[in-house]
Amino acid sequence: MSEDKMINVYLYTRYERFWHWLQMVLIFLLIVTGFEGHGLYTLFGFERAVEIHNFVGLAWLIAFAFFVFWVFTTGEWKQYVPTTKKMLAVIRYYLYGIFRGESHPVPKRKESKHNPIQRLTYLALAALLLPIQMATGFLYWGYNSWSDWGITGVSLELVAFVHMAGAFAICSFIIVHVYMTTTGHTIFAHTKAMITGWEEVEKDVKIEDWERARGEGLSLR
Amino acid sequence: MKQIKGVLQFLYLTMSICLLFILTSAAGANQKDTEQVPGRFMARQATKAKTVWSTTDHSKHKALQQEFKSGAAITGACLSCHSEAASQFRQTIHWTWLGGSADSAKRSGKAGDSLNNFCISTNNMQDKSCSACHPGWNAKDGEINCLVCHSQAEEMNWTETFEDFHAFSGSGDPEELELAQEIQESILKSVQNIGRPTRKNCGSCHFYGGGGDGVKHGDLDSSITNPNKDLDVHMGLDGQKFECVRCHTTVNHNVAGRIYSKPATTDRKSLIEDDLTPKIMCESCHSATPHKSGSKANDHTDKVACQSCHIPQFARVNPTKMWWDWSKAGKKKKGKPYKTKDSLGKYDYMSHKGEMKWAKNVKPEYFWFNGSINTLTVKDVIDPRNVVQVSAPVGSREDINSRIFPFKVHRGKQPYDKVHKTLLAPLLSGKDGYWNTFDWQKALTKGMQAFDLPFSGQFDYVETSYVFPTTHMVAPKENVVNCIECHSRENGRLANLSGFYMPGRDSFKLMDIFGWAVIIGSLCGVVLHGLGRVFTNGRRGGK
Ligand code: HEM
Repeated sequence: MSEDKMINVYLYTRYERFWHWLQMVLIFLLIVTGFEGHGLYTLFGFERAVEIHNFVGLAWLIAFAFFVFWVFTTGEWKQYVPTTKKMLAVIRYYLYGIFRGESHPVPKRKESKHNPIQRLTYLALAALLLPIQMATGFLYWGYNSWSDWGITGVSLELVAFVHMAGAFAICSFIIVHVYMTTTGHTIFAHTKAMITGWEEVEKDVKIEDWERARGEGLSLR
Repeated sequence: MKQIKGVLQFLYLTMSICLLFILTSAAGANQKDTEQVPGRFMARQATKAKTVWSTTDHSKHKALQQEFKSGAAITGACLSCHSEAASQFRQTIHWTWLGGSADSAKRSGKAGDSLNNFCISTNNMQDKSCSACHPGWNAKDGEINCLVCHSQAEEMNWTETFEDFHAFSGSGDPEELELAQEIQESILKSVQNIGRPTRKNCGSCHFYGGGGDGVKHGDLDSSITNPNKDLDVHMGLDGQKFECVRCHTTVNHNVAGRIYSKPATTDRKSLIEDDLTPKIMCESCHSATPHKSGSKANDHTDKVACQSCHIPQFARVNPTKMWWDWSKAGKKKKGKPYKTKDSLGKYDYMSHKGEMKWAKNVKPEYFWFNGSINTLTVKDVIDPRNVVQVSAPVGSREDINSRIFPFKVHRGKQPYDKVHKTLLAPLLSGKDGYWNTFDWQKALTKGMQAFDLPFSGQFDYVETSYVFPTTHMVAPKENVVNCIECHSRENGRLANLSGFYMPGRDSFKLMDIFGWAVIIGSLCGVVLHGLGRVFTNGRRGGK
């Protein structure tokens, strides 16, 4: 791919980038302390680990509320609406095309940041997995207040089970997610974009109407 | 439009940062002692006035300035002022040695049918050696002995003292008369030096239960007569200097405390809720949420007794007996009974008692406990195929009054009747006692006769256990049991308690295996995919 075919687009706003890295740090801490609490190793010591885990968990919960607010007030939620269009093409690309040096069937644009697989994954993550993890974490944290909160018929076993399953799922996501960031036109292209907000993408790509998360025309900035 | 968005974004950013900042600083802020450990603060307030004062000096009372020729005469002098003391005291378990029991058919208590796995039984109070600790001049058959608990002078062997006094005072020899005079002086010293019971008074029996220092309780032995704070934060002479009665509050001579199946108290109230509540519970002074607010420890107090974390080990100064095997008793060397000592300087073998094991710094065992202990009697039928629990804590995880509580468990072997399937109570002291005859048949026959209970003549030994709640020797807060000592995969202190999920200790085996499989799978997947990209790179043409 020669340079002249590329253009710079501004993909991620300042808040979005801040949120991404904040969430990364929070989730990293939660994983490290969570698995220590699970008895896997000693790093902070059980007591400190649990304290940090609870504190970071609650901080994340609050911060996540801001993110939800942001997603809805800015209309960014539309970026997460799932679609099956081009889904197969994307799957085919990652299983085959990528090895042949083909270009991505669904290039990124401001108004369409995610390909169909990303949409589905991020939706499942932000709307299902993370909230479940937060809900079970919050329940776990509030175990002693369950009767005050009128919660009956739930056992700590169940909460711990789901929370544990969520933890594994999140770890698995992170592994694949981090790897996927290297599949841009350079290894760090996606990562750089999440830091600076700008990503180099191929020029002259038509964004289909269905792909659009934003209605405000095609202006790339 | 764009500007509004920019402003909004800026707002989110700053708000999030502020929030995190506030949360962090709130957690790390230095709070005052009252907020950090409200429980300690409250307890300090509740016990502020440390000097106990009295309006009387017993050495000045005429009634106590006479020559005393018998214990009964001393008691008479006490009662001449304290007219109700004897009738009060005779109602208490300290006198009756009979404990109220939930099951009224049971005669629980030392003087009743209860057993243990030390000297096993008082044989219906017929084994006289047991009565050494009874607070009467002649066990239950005479007047009460007020001095055991109230005299602050040196402890006396009263039987010997009066025997000697009578022997010498009746003599014509002036030297012996002088001796009698000296004995009378020591009697008067004891009689005139009166106060509330001290650790020494209570300890003269309770530290020596089972026939020696630290034999029975792991948390009560002579080391807490004058302990330091390290051994007991409440009684420590360099700390609060509590006497036993500071917590074992007393009404009509009834001293607060657990009695067999009767819990020390049934409601967990602090003095703030009820200023006349007995101070016998930790919570009486410290409240049910004594730790700094928001601390996880406060969340534990509904299920975990304070003692479980705050008494990391018992017998921290003197050793305590952990094992007593009667089946080994009776061995002789050159035809003579003998004793051997272990590395702690304690007898690990005695011909007349059997094999013993002693230990120091013992980690308690933990059980659900609602304050009540179930003790076997000589009449209870046992199953000799299993370890017989001569006493066991009552409680369960489902019972809201139960909490996890630390215990000393004393194990051993003791005789049982192979036909009747009951534990047997041998007579130990006296002419017919085992310690004199080394004859089990005779000792068991005599012992059971004392109860009017049958003995088939066929006996064997069965392994038994006996529990003591651990509640004294509360350690300084630096030494409390760490979270990890229970919340750990292996060898946790609560490894034996089941039926509930405990983070750090428990896990779902299959889930863990599956979870790691998914993670390793993901890793392999991305590595393979990545390698694929590296190797096929050549085909991409271009750069
Ligand atoms: C990415 C998010 C999170 C991950 C990966 C995670 C992971 C874990 C893991 C592995 C455990 C051990 C579970 C067990 O052994 O039973 C755990 C426990 C726990 N989690 Fe989370 N967790 C997350 C989020 C949260 C949140 C948001 C909260 C609370 C608001 C929370 C609260 C707790 C509590 C109270 C425990 C039990 C105490 C402990 O072991 O630390 N977690 N977590």
